[in-house]
Amino acid sequence: MSNLTTDADTAHFDLPSDRGEGHGRSPLRWLLLAAGLAVAVALPWFVYPPIAMDILCWALFAIALDILLGYCGLLSFGHAAFWGGSAYATGLVAVHYGVPFPLAVLAGMLFAMTIAVPIGYLSVRATGIYFAMVTLAFAQMIYFIANQWRDVTGGENGLQAVPKTFFGIEAVETEAFYFYYAALPMILLGMWAAWRIVHSPFGRVLVAIRDNSPRARALGYDVERYKVIAFVLSAGLAGLAGGLFAISHGFVSLQEVNWTTSGKVVLMTVLGGIGTLWGGAVGAGFIVQLEDYMASSGFEGIGIVTGSVFVIVVLLFRRGIWGTVAHLVSSRSTRSAGRRG
Amino acid sequence: MPTQPALRTSGLCKDFRGFRAVDTVDLEVAEGSIHALVGPNGAGKTTLFNLLSGFLGVSAGRIALFGRDITGLQPEQIAHLGVARSFQITSLFENLTPIEHVELALQGMTSEGYSFWRSHRSMHKFRPRAEELVEEVGLTSMAHRPAGLLAYGQKRALEMALVSALDPRVLLLDEPTAGMGMEDIDRTIELVRRIATGRTVVFVDHNMHVVGSLADRVTVLQAGTVLAEGTYDEVRNDERVVTAYLGEADHA
Ligand SMILES: Nc1ncnc2c1ncn2[C@@H]1O[C@H](COP(=O)(O)OP(=O)(O)OP(=O)(O)O)[C@@H](O)[C@H]1O
Ligand SMILES: [Mg+2]
Repeated sequence: MSNLTTDADTAHFDLPSDRGEGHGRSPLRWLLLAAGLAVAVALPWFVYPPIAMDILCWALFAIALDILLGYCGLLSFGHAAFWGGSAYATGLVAVHYGVPFPLAVLAGMLFAMTIAVPIGYLSVRATGIYFAMVTLAFAQMIYFIANQWRDVTGGENGLQAVPKTFFGIEAVETEAFYFYYAALPMILLGMWAAWRIVHSPFGRVLVAIRDNSPRARALGYDVERYKVIAFVLSAGLAGLAGGLFAISHGFVSLQEVNWTTSGKVVLMTVLGGIGTLWGGAVGAGFIVQLEDYMASSGFEGIGIVTGSVFVIVVLLFRRGIWGTVAHLVSSRSTRSAGRRG
Repeated sequence: MPTQPALRTSGLCKDFRGFRAVDTVDLEVAEGSIHALVGPNGAGKTTLFNLLSGFLGVSAGRIALFGRDITGLQPEQIAHLGVARSFQITSLFENLTPIEHVELALQGMTSEGYSFWRSHRSMHKFRPRAEELVEEVGLTSMAHRPAGLLAYGQKRALEMALVSALDPRVLLLDEPTAGMGMEDIDRTIELVRRIATGRTVVFVDHNMHVVGSLADRVTVLQAGTVLAEGTYDEVRNDERVVTAYLGEADHA
């Protein structure tokens, strides 16, 4: 089994929620959900709305990645292919067909899932670092195509003038503040889907496969097929995020399919906490804000700072931000509740 | 009445980089029988199980399940055809409870594991049956603790619950009593006998008391080849077996 499998042990307090529910953690869950929703709704009042939208998109992207990383133990280093692939597909549909943006994003998402089928199928046989390398290789192929196919993608200039068509509602189409609220339901739906996937019979099987794949096979589970499905679902949610990102910016840059994008989302997920699902959102909020702060203060070495943050988290807080906090809370409540079981 | 054997291997071989761990094994396991596979350490018993359950690809030879060729099928396919195996080294999901283990096993024989749009509470429909199976192996009091916290004997018992949850036609049990004390051994013998009703069982065990009390037939493996086969009494009195295996079992 890969090292990731054991590294992902942070996931476990999140998984057996059957047990958790019986021990008074439900109110805490509802409280967290309410707090999360409140933050999502209030965000553009406190954060420059386009940045708030970036946070939403990256949050969903990181959550999508965590389905693979946290629940399958598969580190994809090529998720830019789905985020960026969908960004291009969404942008092209929006530019050429002028459909309302949710439809364009849906098309982008479908595109991401479609390319994820062969990529997933060819990648999931590999585990650990080999899986990361294979996914990276496929993503680089997508990057190459996007770069070469200038007539369609605009190559290095990017895809320009992507409209925010939205049923003629001018406020949404022109003001980032209102666009945020038009896009928010799609992001929340995506996050809900991720939560549903993880807490489904399918999610149970994923964790079983991650923890003991031979045993899962002996119980009749087709491990590779499960992984491919998880891969495609994860790619779809990454595509949803990338499509909205493209619409929000009104522009698709070649950057979106670059490996740095794949690296950034891994950074966010690890920072937030592998296998915690919501941790990715926290990591995304942190990194996007940090980058924005440094960019606006004219600081050049963004990579060095985010890299250092990454190293510190990996070395000192292996559970990530969410994982560390959740662990503290759960070990305290376990102590006060006496022995569980 | 000439029925197909539950399992038949012909000329089965497995090579590990030039080392032949299983060497031209022709094995026939009659339907409904309990068949023991014995032999000294390294004889190739686990390797043979891995071939039968699809965890290893064969180097040569064929495997037939009730007359149907299953050579080259994947483990999950073989499981769906009704062959359940346990593992010599306990192989569980540390964070799942016994009930959750058994639910997962029951679900494994359906296609409901793919339903990513449902709540995992939908797995509760397997709960009543899971509770029965957990009770059958005497784990009711531990039913809701993570398997990582179970004692060794309890983990072995859970392995048994998992294989019987698959409701298999053929069970492959790799040393079901390994590392157990006398009391647990007797309980396991009883359990295997109960689970074996209406099924075919192939098991590996080093304990001759277990072999003697369970096995209808015994196959002795040594260095990958079949050394002898017969009833327990026949095999026990076979001179080659005595020298090759039984003498050694005293030390084991
Ligand atoms: N994956 C493998 N690669 C290389 N050699 C292997 C592998 N698996 C088993 N072997 C070798 O094959 C031989 C048979 O091993 P096997 O585990 O089948 O024996 P066994 O009869 O089950 O022994 P035991 O009673 O100790 O469980 C041994 O010499 C072992 O070292
Ligand atoms: Mg063995």
